[in-house]
Amino acid sequence: MHEDSNFQNFKAIIRCEDPNANLYTFVGSLELEEQQYPLTPQQLLLRDSKLRNTDCIYGAVIFTGRDTKVFQNSTGPPSKRSKVERRMDKIIYFLFGILVLMSFIGSIFFGIATREDLQDGKMKRWYLRPDDTTAYYDPKRAAVAAVLHFLTALMLYGYLIPISLYVSIEIVKILQSIFINQDLHMYYEETDKPARARTSNLNEELGQVDTILSDKTGTLTCNSMEFIKCSIAGTSYGRGVTEVERAMARRKGSPLEEEVTEEQEDKASIKGFNFEDERIMNGSWVNEPHADVIQKFLRLLAICHTALPEVDEENGKISYEAESPDEAAFVIAARELGFEFYERTQTSISVHELDPVTGTKVERSYSLLNVLEFSSSRKRMSVIVRSEEGTLLLLSKGADSVMFERLAENGREFEEQTKEHINEYADAGLRTLILAYRELDEKEYKQFNEEFTEAKNSVSADREELAEEIAEKIEKNLILLGATAVEDKLQNGVPECIDKLAQAGIKLWVLTGDKMETAINIGFACSLLRQGMRQVIISSETPESKTLEKSEDKSAAAAALKASVLHQLIRGKELLDSSNESLGPLALIIDGKSLTYALEDDVKDLFLELAIGCASVICCRSSPKQKALVTRLVKTKTSSTTLAIGDGANDVGMLQEADIGVGISGVEGMQAVMSSDIAIAQFRFLERLLLVHGHWCYRRISSMICYFFYKNIAFGFTLFFFEAYASFSGQPVYNDWFLSLYNVFFTSLPVIALGVFDQDVSARFCLKFPLLYQEGVQNILFSWTRILGWALNGVANAAIIFFFCIHAMKQQAFRKGGEVIGLEILGTTMYTCVVWVVNCQMALSVTYFTYIQHLFIWGGITFWYIFLLAYGAMDPYISTTAYKVFIEACAPAPSFWLITLLVLMSSLLPYFTYSAIQMRFFPLHHQMIQWFRSDGQTDDPEFCQMVRQRSLRPTTVGYTARFEASSRDLKAKLEDSL
Amino acid sequence: MEVEGGNTSANDAVARKISIQSRRAKVFYQFTQQNLPACKPVLTPSWIVTTFLLMGVIFIPIGLVTLRTSHSVIEIVERYDTECIPEKFRGNKVSYIKDSTILKNCSLYLKVPKHMKAPIYIYYQLDNYYQNHRRYVKSRNDQQLLHGLKSNDTSSCQPEDSSNGLPSVPCGLIAWSLFNDTFKFIRESSELVVNRKNIAWKSDRNHKFGKQVYPFNFQNGTFIGGGSLDPSVPLSDQEDLIVWMRTAALPSFRKMYGRIEEDLDADDVIAVHLMNNYNTYSFGGKKKLVLSTSSWLGGKNDFLGVAYVFVGSSSIIISLVFMLLHVKNPSSFAGRLSFPL
Repeated sequence: MHEDSNFQNFKAIIRCEDPNANLYTFVGSLELEEQQYPLTPQQLLLRDSKLRNTDCIYGAVIFTGRDTKVFQNSTGPPSKRSKVERRMDKIIYFLFGILVLMSFIGSIFFGIATREDLQDGKMKRWYLRPDDTTAYYDPKRAAVAAVLHFLTALMLYGYLIPISLYVSIEIVKILQSIFINQDLHMYYEETDKPARARTSNLNEELGQVDTILSDKTGTLTCNSMEFIKCSIAGTSYGRGVTEVERAMARRKGSPLEEEVTEEQEDKASIKGFNFEDERIMNGSWVNEPHADVIQKFLRLLAICHTALPEVDEENGKISYEAESPDEAAFVIAARELGFEFYERTQTSISVHELDPVTGTKVERSYSLLNVLEFSSSRKRMSVIVRSEEGTLLLLSKGADSVMFERLAENGREFEEQTKEHINEYADAGLRTLILAYRELDEKEYKQFNEEFTEAKNSVSADREELAEEIAEKIEKNLILLGATAVEDKLQNGVPECIDKLAQAGIKLWVLTGDKMETAINIGFACSLLRQGMRQVIISSETPESKTLEKSEDKSAAAAALKASVLHQLIRGKELLDSSNESLGPLALIIDGKSLTYALEDDVKDLFLELAIGCASVICCRSSPKQKALVTRLVKTKTSSTTLAIGDGANDVGMLQEADIGVGISGVEGMQAVMSSDIAIAQFRFLERLLLVHGHWCYRRISSMICYFFYKNIAFGFTLFFFEAYASFSGQPVYNDWFLSLYNVFFTSLPVIALGVFDQDVSARFCLKFPLLYQEGVQNILFSWTRILGWALNGVANAAIIFFFCIHAMKQQAFRKGGEVIGLEILGTTMYTCVVWVVNCQMALSVTYFTYIQHLFIWGGITFWYIFLLAYGAMDPYISTTAYKVFIEACAPAPSFWLITLLVLMSSLLPYFTYSAIQMRFFPLHHQMIQWFRSDGQTDDPEFCQMVRQRSLRPTTVGYTARFEASSRDLKAKLEDSL
Repeated sequence: MEVEGGNTSANDAVARKISIQSRRAKVFYQFTQQNLPACKPVLTPSWIVTTFLLMGVIFIPIGLVTLRTSHSVIEIVERYDTECIPEKFRGNKVSYIKDSTILKNCSLYLKVPKHMKAPIYIYYQLDNYYQNHRRYVKSRNDQQLLHGLKSNDTSSCQPEDSSNGLPSVPCGLIAWSLFNDTFKFIRESSELVVNRKNIAWKSDRNHKFGKQVYPFNFQNGTFIGGGSLDPSVPLSDQEDLIVWMRTAALPSFRKMYGRIEEDLDADDVIAVHLMNNYNTYSFGGKKKLVLSTSSWLGGKNDFLGVAYVFVGSSSIIISLVFMLLHVKNPSSFAGRLSFPL
């Protein structure tokens, strides 16, 4: 059927399962001409699949739209709101409560006053004509009038609710995100990627992060392996410096090391190869003492792998496709050292080799007989090849834990030195592998091959184990060649960044899909783990659990596994409870299978308690879903702010679940970035994002909200106080236009400037004193006391403004001409005072005055006078009560200006006194730093160090802690030796 | 020479242009990197003490001057609402005041405590009178006041928008409740001239009350409120009305009645003959007559001066206490450096 027309009479019935979210299962059948054909996932194309090797296919659509499996799997992007905003909502409710209360009080008083206006047909306040009135003022139906008045009052005191706050916050946040996007310190030149705040909702949340949950590959590391060192025949080669060593060196402040590293960076041009040793490079290894061993070592590197070569047709250069980047690194290293693997067929491997005798390149090909593949339980791989000379070779590489025990008696020549080197490498954060070989005789191989082939071809369920068992028999009596060290390259600046974050009191959890060994290695590399830290390892990869799994009864096995995890958790908890300072901090390492049980409802509290108590937490072998679950657990149970950072599609769940998801716009596609809230190019930018932008944004938004409440309360309460003097009739003291423009013109811009520009301390000091960040984590600047303090300040200011004004302008004349005040003059005077007070209060609380702030604050006040003049000059039809009120009545009266000055100063006095006392006697952290800055003491390095030391919380992870721990050890040793 | 000079100036211009551009770029850079030049005030102890002291030093003298000014104002306040009811009506003041058949004249005698310099302002003061009541404030029609009967939408004036089917000018409760007590001042049997011109705001007279608008059908309803107006005088000249219609801010207020433009000597006795027409008895309001001179600050009110002195002296006290504490605990914060965790 190759033509469309053939399908004209095609009739078939497809029966299939209901729509579900399972991507890898599908059950269905196709009934064609009374015959059933089974349909499996192989026959199913998922939504968004692309055709690769064919132009067209014929098919039938099974599910569409929301019913598709992909759609069923996707969770809608969660709408995230920051904690500050959620608290802000509560404050709005609170204010609304006050508003209702005020209106209620007002309407009661109004109702009583209205009812009394007409009693037994006698009018009291006859000038209001209570006998002939509308429902609003009807004494006969005072209750109705009171209810109606309640509504009027809600509108009148509505200025208490800062509706413009939401708009202003939106504006401010967008500008803040622009600043984040524009920050050159978070711009990654190599990929031309700036930071991108994809949502502006969470800026201030960045200042409150308590726990960071980080992916490993692509986030902490670049996902590229570099061959950096090796130990051959008991001699260590390679002078490359790892990121960890570099960081440690920088910490110690050794300038020599720095220079070396710079040199290094220039030369490291080949990806995956960062090896530097003239003793074996460029073929000079032939002159080394154990040249034969080196030859075998390099040959093993070139042969024992599963990589595929790709020859670039233009320049003949060879690149490799490998299953894992470390394997690629080995082959590259072999190539660079003169053993170029260039061809692989089903049965052979061809290598260009350097012949040590002639010194020329020769082509050799090895026929590949068997590949004993890598598995996480075997922790090694081997190949069996026949060389051109006909010798049978078993080449093997694997983890030290399994390799050393398989060495032959005569193969242990270099064991001691190699072990020593391996430990050195591991501490430098490198991944090590042991290389060994053995020659086989034909008979032995033949027997092995028969058994192995048989095992491979068997159909029983334990085929794999059978094969493993047989492989194990032949992988013994090996002869040690040496060890390799590959750096799982950390991204630039990762150790420093982690150190800073640790100093800021932020916890870092690593959630990775990698093997436990790799994860632990990286833990060491970025100083999350160090020697002397007690590791609590919870693993289900133990032999007992293996046997449990094999047992028939699955549910019993699960229960037993769970019991074992629970037991391990309890033991860890005991260790945690009993631990004291001297024993050093704990590190929790847990694998995915155990995590499954640890995340169950009845265990997860225990797990979380243990995890929180540990200095470092590493979850390895975790699935995307587990990452999300751990994130949710931390988020909901500790109610602290979580930040998830990752770069791959498997981090999407975690990014969406966390309070803030940060995507790394790296190489692993765009999925993580698309579901993140903020995208950065490198992990190290997190430091600036949190400590600088996060801190600033948190401070700005919280000050801004507090101030907003303050200014609206101050304004709203003046209206309320006046009502008490107008028998709660609902008459506003201000002109209508004054009321409407309060939040728009006279007070809005300075707040926005505060929200966009204010800085308590500069970026340099934010980074220099990371503990400043705790102000956000502990929510000091947006605590209820602070909010209430501002609200009270608002009420106090309103009271001062109102009562000072009415007492100063009572009934007497207020100017030389003997004129007395009217409603409009009192209103104008009070409004002038409000504008002055509110703006100057802003000036007092701003700590960073650029000309923009000056322009907005003083401009706002000036604009009020300009507005008053312009509005007053308009026709009375428009300006109504404000007609010429300023130019004719207020401006020429000295008392008007004197009252403004008095009210202004006395309103600011309480806040000024409070902040003076607080600054001097109970300073907050940022205030101390401000103080040092103004004293110029920050330039004194010694003093600075002292301040830092004092302000540092004893940190448990990061290289600063590591350095301190090692220097402590050194000191102890010295004392011992004395 | 000249050519050279021209060259250099051209170069200068180019250089200036470049420098302006680069300066702009620099400012833009500083802006986006949040690194704008800024002044960062820090509340250091010396700043705090200086500020408080300065405030005290400025405020106390202002307060003293203000107080002195206020004391220099001579003010006579005489309540007359009760005295001006004949004894026999004291039991039912409301019916007395509502009885239009009785002539309600009354005499008061005021003693001048000190020499009062002209001009002496005459006010009437009402207490517990809510001119700022919402219904009252809204009950007027500015268009009608300015354009007379041409403006016919007087719904805001209800119920005093019309009587006997014809619209009233001026309409509304404010105009309708116009204050209508009158005063005559006699010193040693000769009547003092009371100038009743220019007692209202000029802007009101010129721009809010029409020169061609005459009272019409005013105070003609069944229920008479306050005073009536001379129909032959345009509204812009009815200054009593204009003064009354600038609603007061507070329930206790004064309104200007007129000016005495000659000095009064100490111990002069002034007889006031007044017509006690206005009904404040229904709602328990008070009526007072006030004679007052004025200073550059206006009338007599000690509040401003007292407040200035109070704020000034309290800031000096605060600064002293602060200084004392500061000296006693030299650097208490250095020990508190560790962050409260």
